[in-house]
Amino acid sequence: MPTDIVNFTPWSALAGGGLIGLAATLFLLANGRIAGISGVLHGAVRQAEGRGWRLLFLTGLLAGTGLYVALFPGDLEPREGYPMWLLIVAGLLVGAGTRWGAGCTSGHGVCGIARWSRRSIAATVAFMVIGVVSASWLRHLLGV
Amino acid sequence: MARHMIALIAGGIFGFGLSLSHMVDPDKVLDFLDLPGTWDPSLALVMGGALAVTAVTFPLILRRPMPLFDQRFHMPTTTAIDTRLLGGAALFGLGWGLSGYCPGPALGAIVVNWQEGVPFVAAVVIGGMAVDFYELSRTAQATADG
Repeated sequence: MPTDIVNFTPWSALAGGGLIGLAATLFLLANGRIAGISGVLHGAVRQAEGRGWRLLFLTGLLAGTGLYVALFPGDLEPREGYPMWLLIVAGLLVGAGTRWGAGCTSGHGVCGIARWSRRSIAATVAFMVIGVVSASWLRHLLGV
Repeated sequence: MARHMIALIAGGIFGFGLSLSHMVDPDKVLDFLDLPGTWDPSLALVMGGALAVTAVTFPLILRRPMPLFDQRFHMPTTTAIDTRLLGGAALFGLGWGLSGYCPGPALGAIVVNWQEGVPFVAAVVIGGMAVDFYELSRTAQATADG
């Protein structure tokens, strides 16, 4: 169990989460679609149809991050020293897993649970539990 | 046109929210997932904050006959909780816990830390394509055997 609570930022977490919920709400209300990032990303690669809006959504995501960095320079510090081979392996796992499991933290976690989708609830429990186990390996066995 | 503008704006708000909540910082995500270490509960409040909005708005919106700028809602139709879903979610959880990146924050990292964001997102795309390729070849094999 956790020894100590550190770096807890409840207000920016709630506000940032609220904005993510707002973005998902706007997308469903206006376009009738689920704001699932892995689905948008895989779809942009896989399907010619709808590639335009998918690429614009991804562009917006990068621009929104860029706006934050411009407004609050130095607030987000880049991680250093994380091994590149592990980054690639993890990326392949995330890519294959979100394609097979049809969603990630946003599609299943934020949008799916809000629809009371049993699939999304099951998927969210699964990736959360495995995420906790593998992050603990990373920190305490691999020592990264 | 309207749909394209909405996609850009929704993506923008999403990216700003991921940055404000510091979810684009993989160490902050790992501080949440690594329960045996020092714990940062922030990620739970990010998901909670998002769900506090969507859990109210989604059921209301889905009562409408159609969205504002399209003829119908494009909702997932699969309902099965099968090995594909759970195996996929498990693989995703493994990659997430090993890196601290899920797809949204990894895209944000292209801006914040491109040295990590670019190779990670490239690997995500290749991982997805590998699944499509594998399934396609399996279908072809099944057709040939049949």
